[in-house]
Amino acid sequence: MNDVRKRRLYLVLVLGFCSFCAALLVISALRANINLFFTPTQIEAGAAPQGARIRVGGLVEKGSVVRGKNLQVTFVVTDLSKRLTIKYTGILPDLFREGQGIVALGTLTDGNQFYAQEILAKHDENYRPPEIRELP
Amino acid sequence: MIPEVGQYVLILALCLAALQFVLPILGIQKHQSNLLQLARPLALGQCFFITLSMLCLAYAFVQDDFSVAYIAQHSNASLPIMYKISALWGGHEGSLLLWVFLLSGWTVAVNFSSRNQSLPFFACVLAVLGAISAGFLLLILFSSNPFSRLLPFYPIDGRDLNPVLQDIGLIIHPPLLYMGYVGFSVPFAFAISALWLADRRESFDSVAKLAVLKQHSLAKYSSGELYPDYLWAKGMRSWVLVAFGFLTLGIMLGSWWAYYELGWGGWWFWDPVENASFLPWLIAIGLIHSLMVTDKRQTFQGWTLMLAILAFAFSIMGTFLVRSGILTSVHAFATDPERGLFLLLFMVLMIGGAFMLYAIRIKKLIRVTKIELYSRETLILVSAVCLLAASFSILLGTLFPLLYDAWTGQKMSVGFPYFNAVFIPLMLPVLIFIPLGPLSQWGDNVIKVLFKKVQWLGMISIILALALPLIITKAQALSFGIVLGLTVGFWIAFGTIKSFVLKIQKKGSIRGLSFGAWGMILAHFGMGVLVIGVTLVSNYSIERTVRISPGQSLELSSYQVNFDSIERIEGSNYIGYRGHFKVLNAGKTIAKLAPEKRIFVVQGSAMSETAIEPGVFRDIYIALGEKLSPTEWSARVYCKPFVRWIWFGAILMALGSLFAAWGRRNVRTKNAS
Repeated sequence: MNDVRKRRLYLVLVLGFCSFCAALLVISALRANINLFFTPTQIEAGAAPQGARIRVGGLVEKGSVVRGKNLQVTFVVTDLSKRLTIKYTGILPDLFREGQGIVALGTLTDGNQFYAQEILAKHDENYRPPEIRELP
Repeated sequence: MIPEVGQYVLILALCLAALQFVLPILGIQKHQSNLLQLARPLALGQCFFITLSMLCLAYAFVQDDFSVAYIAQHSNASLPIMYKISALWGGHEGSLLLWVFLLSGWTVAVNFSSRNQSLPFFACVLAVLGAISAGFLLLILFSSNPFSRLLPFYPIDGRDLNPVLQDIGLIIHPPLLYMGYVGFSVPFAFAISALWLADRRESFDSVAKLAVLKQHSLAKYSSGELYPDYLWAKGMRSWVLVAFGFLTLGIMLGSWWAYYELGWGGWWFWDPVENASFLPWLIAIGLIHSLMVTDKRQTFQGWTLMLAILAFAFSIMGTFLVRSGILTSVHAFATDPERGLFLLLFMVLMIGGAFMLYAIRIKKLIRVTKIELYSRETLILVSAVCLLAASFSILLGTLFPLLYDAWTGQKMSVGFPYFNAVFIPLMLPVLIFIPLGPLSQWGDNVIKVLFKKVQWLGMISIILALALPLIITKAQALSFGIVLGLTVGFWIAFGTIKSFVLKIQKKGSIRGLSFGAWGMILAHFGMGVLVIGVTLVSNYSIERTVRISPGQSLELSSYQVNFDSIERIEGSNYIGYRGHFKVLNAGKTIAKLAPEKRIFVVQGSAMSETAIEPGVFRDIYIALGEKLSPTEWSARVYCKPFVRWIWFGAILMALGSLFAAWGRRNVRTKNAS
C-alpha cells in the first residue's frame, strides 16, 4: 500500500473511531436524560413509571394550594378530567397561580404521590406548553 | 392613518426587494451591467422604506393607538415610554419587522463597503440579500402583519407588555442578538455568490468595462473570470467577525438578563431558544478560523463555504424555533402554526437551495492541497469538526422531544445534564487547541519546538488548578471536573499571554501589534476567563431557600444576611413589596439589598426584582419569594463566586472579534496584479 493510501486509511480509521465514540456518548447521555411527560389521566390509569423522574402537567385547581411548615406546599393539578396531588418544597415560581397551567418535574411514588423537584409556570398569557395545549 | 402608511411602504419595500433579487441575476445571465448597477439604488430604497415602516409603528406605539392589534397586545397607556418603544420588538410581528429592518441595514453596509469588488459578484451578493429580505417581507405581510387593525371594536387600553420584558435588558438584547443572526446572511450571500459565479468565463459588453462602481476595471480580470476564486474569502472575513461580535454580545446579554431577571441565579439553561442562538455562534467560530485558512493558505474552501451556509441555516432555524411555538421553552411565544409553517417552508427553500448549489458547484472551488499533520491547519480542521459535532449534539437534544413525539406520540423533554454531558467532552479538544493555534505555524511544525514553548504553561495550569480550589474551600471540596475546568481555563489564558509576549518580542514594541493580533489575543483570553468563571460558579455556588421574618438573619458561607424590614411600594403600572436586607462580613456591613416583589395590575401577574451586590470575585443575590403569612416571607439567597467572569469573558470575545474586523477595514479585495 503506498503512502497516500496508507495515510487515507489511517485518517478514515481515526475518524471512524472518533465518530463512534461521539455517537456512543450522545446516545448514552440522551437515554439517561429522557423525561417523559404524563397527564393526570395517564397517571391515574397507571401509565407512568414509579420511581422514575417524569414530568407532569396540568392546570392548578382553584382552592387546592395548601402551605405547610417551612416551605412545603401541596396543590392539585388537573387536566379537566382527573386530578393529581403534587407535593413540593421550595418557592413557587412567580407566574404560579391558581387556574394557570404548570409543568412539574419530579418522581412518582406509592401510586399517586408525586414529589416535585422543579415547577415551571407558563410565561405568557396565551402561551401553553405543547403538552398542555393538547389536553381535552 | 400612520399604521396604514407603515404597511404600504412595507409593500413598496417588498417590490424593491423582489427587484433587487431578480434584476442582478438577469444582468449576470444576460451580460448587462446596467441591470447589475440597479442593485445598489434598490438596496438603498428598500432600507429607506423599511426604516419608514419601523418609524410608523414606533409612532403608533407612542401615540397609544390601540386599534392596532399588535399594540393592543403588547402595550398599555401607563407603560413607561421607553418600554413602549421597545415593545416594538417584544412580540412576534414586531420582531420580524426588526429582523427585516436590520437586514436592510446590513445590506446598505455591504453596499457602501464593497465598492472595490467586482461588479457582478457584488451585485450577486445584493441579489441574495434581496431574496432573503423579500422572503421575510412576504412572511410579514401575509401572516404576521404588525399593522393589522382591530376595527371596529377596539380596546380602550392595551394588555400591557409582559412584565418579564419590562427591563433595560429587553431594550438591547433582541436588537443585538438579531444583529448577529441577520449578520450571518452576508457571509451566506458571499458563499452563494462565490459558488454560483466561480470559474465562469464570461465577458461583459464594453459598457460594463467603463461603467463600473469605482475605477475598478473589469479588464484586470484578464482571464475572463468574474471573480478570482479566493478573493471572496478575503471579503467575507470582516462580515463574519462583526456578526459574530454582535451575536456574542446578544447571547451574553441574554444570559446576564436571565440571571438578574428570572430570580433563580441561573445563567444558562440549555433552553431551546438559548440553544438556537448558541448553534450559529459555535458554527461561526469554526467559520472564522476556516475562513482564515482559506484566505491565507487557499485551502479548506469546501469547509468554509459549508460553514457559511450552515451558520445562516442555524440562524434561520433559530428564528423558526423561537417563533413557531413547537418547543416548550422559557422564551417561547404564543403563535399559531400557520406562521411556523410559512417560516419552515421559507427555510427549506432557502437552505435546501443553498445546499443543492453547494453540491453542484463546490468542485469548481475546491483546491486539493496536502496539509501537514502537525500544523495550524490541522488544529483548525479538528476544531471545526469538534464544533460541528458539538452543534449537532445540541441540535439533537433540542429537537429530540419533537422527534420522539412524532415517532411515539409520547411527550417528553431532554434533561439539562444531557447537554453538559455531551458538550463538554466534545469541546475539550477545541479548548485545548485555542492557545496552541497562535503558537504554532502554518505548514509544518516541529513538535519538539512547540512542546518546549508550552510545557511550562501546561504544568503551571495544572498546579494552579489544584491549588486554587484547595485555597478557596480550605481543602474541603475538590473534584475532577473542577480541576479539569480550571486547568483548561488557565491553559488558555496563559497560553494566550505567552503568544502576546512572543508577538511583542517579534514586533519590538506593543505599538507594533495589529488590530487583528489584538483581536485574537482578547478573544482567546476572554474564552479562558469564561471557562474559569463557568467552572467556579458551577461548582461553588451556595443557595439558601428560607422562610424568614423581619428581624431574623441567616448564614451564607462566611456572610451573615439580616432581614430588616418589608414595605409596600407602588410604581407606574404595578404595586408590590420591597424587602430590606443587610449583608455583613465579620460584623461589618458590606451591602444593603432591597429586592422587590411587583404585581402588575393589568395582567395580574407577579414579578420579582432581585437585588444583587455585584463583585469581581462573588455576587450576593437575594430574591423575594412569596408572602407566606402576615409576618413571614420566603426568600432565596445566593452566593455566586466568579459569575461576572463569564460575561466579562464574553465581552472580551466580542471586543476581540470587533477589533479584528476593524483591523480589516482597509483590506483591498482587488486583484493585486
